[in-house]
Amino acid sequence: MEKAVLIITVLTGVGILFGFILAYANKKFALEVNPLIHIVEDVLPKGQCGACGYAGCMAYAEAVVLNADVPPTLCIPGKEPVAKAVGELTGKVAAAMEPRIAQVKCAGSNEKAVSAYAYQGISDCVAANLLFGGQKLCKYGCLGLGTCVKRCPFGALTMSDAGLPVVDAVKCTGCGVCQGVCPKGVITMAPLDAHVRVNCNSKDKGPVARKACTTACIACTLCLKECSYGAIKMENNLAVVDAKICAEQCSEAKCLTKCPTKAIRPAIKGVVPGTEDKSPCSVCTQEKVQVPDQNVLTQ
Amino acid sequence: MEYFTLFMGAVIVNNFVLTRFLGLCIFFGVSKSLDASIGMGMAVASILTASSALAWAAYNFVLVPFDLKFLTLPVFVILIAGFVQFLEIVIKRFAPALYNMWGIYLVLIATNCVVLGVPLINVESNFTFIKSIVNAFGSGVGFALAIVLMASLREKLQYADVPKSLQGLGIAFIIAGMLALSFLGFSGMIPM
Repeated sequence: MEKAVLIITVLTGVGILFGFILAYANKKFALEVNPLIHIVEDVLPKGQCGACGYAGCMAYAEAVVLNADVPPTLCIPGKEPVAKAVGELTGKVAAAMEPRIAQVKCAGSNEKAVSAYAYQGISDCVAANLLFGGQKLCKYGCLGLGTCVKRCPFGALTMSDAGLPVVDAVKCTGCGVCQGVCPKGVITMAPLDAHVRVNCNSKDKGPVARKACTTACIACTLCLKECSYGAIKMENNLAVVDAKICAEQCSEAKCLTKCPTKAIRPAIKGVVPGTEDKSPCSVCTQEKVQVPDQNVLTQ
Repeated sequence: MEYFTLFMGAVIVNNFVLTRFLGLCIFFGVSKSLDASIGMGMAVASILTASSALAWAAYNFVLVPFDLKFLTLPVFVILIAGFVQFLEIVIKRFAPALYNMWGIYLVLIATNCVVLGVPLINVESNFTFIKSIVNAFGSGVGFALAIVLMASLREKLQYADVPKSLQGLGIAFIIAGMLALSFLGFSGMIPM
């Protein structure tokens, strides 16, 4: 008993002693941090997504304040308002930013895409991809196990019943985290302005792609012939839309009606920065935001 | 001569990483690039020396006179962790350049097994003050040697055609095993 008391006393004593020494040292040798860093950090969305290339919002704030070469436009989720604010605070000129939104380049839901085998492993796309490229016959499509949904720092992705991630156009900030975690590379960051998007990632030849999925792009080139502005090109058996030409010149989008497999779909209309009715930080307001129906792409 | 044998023994023969397998977490964690490993090696060597001196004083002037030897382990843990934290604060204030180079490694070292193991072995072997400092510095240099060797090998490996399943940590473990085998050749030359 005496020994126990001794042990507790000695260790507590040593602990308290060091606590005081460290507390004193911390005060005595405190480093003066540029207060601007904290002000800039408050402006940033604090999703800690890392899209700027730094370890987090704090690291970016530090870099943008202390280093003259770091541009104020690196925060992708914050879009233009944040870039402007950071630019004003640090006295740097914010170049124009092109807002982006996540696009899932796959419409192969559970009914439409043919399965190669029944996957029963852990519910993670990266794990499934290790087993012969996943459970779908199409080797380019979404695996539907929701790795992107789990990783989205802004809660903008949900998994639909059909087994495809749905992008919430209001919450999506275009930070690109999902793009990085998807083992199939099926998510891309698309510009906001195009009328149509190709919702297929299959680079297989027509018959092969068609066999694996009823809504695959079979590279029939009908859309290409229909588009009189030359906005659509074929690359590796896959239609690619030039968003600039599509947005600026075309008004009726005839290609939509021609696609035999419906691989080309109307684009999800993203929210133009500045018009959304929420603060740049969507993390804290997530619960309150009402999602307008027409802004959500339902597969 | 006695000190020299002790030093060389700690550096090569009884190398802490490759023959006693202490400090393996930083050995694998920070050996991806040569620059980082040199920084880490220097940080470990200096912290080891300083904390060994501190631990020796605490053991001989406090723990032994008050008959508290059975508390050596927990007291050393607190002592070293506290000391490293203190050092971090001081370096941050007075030597920002050094802090930028060492800062992250200092915190990693705070509760590392090498840094705890060497002072413990020093007091168990009843070393004198100078002997324990020499032993601690030698152990630190030995750690630096091991991690620099490992980092150089791993940098070279980036250009090698490693089988896919062994890439990264897998091949690193194999290399560490081979390094340990080659250091086995020194064993027994200088008894600890």
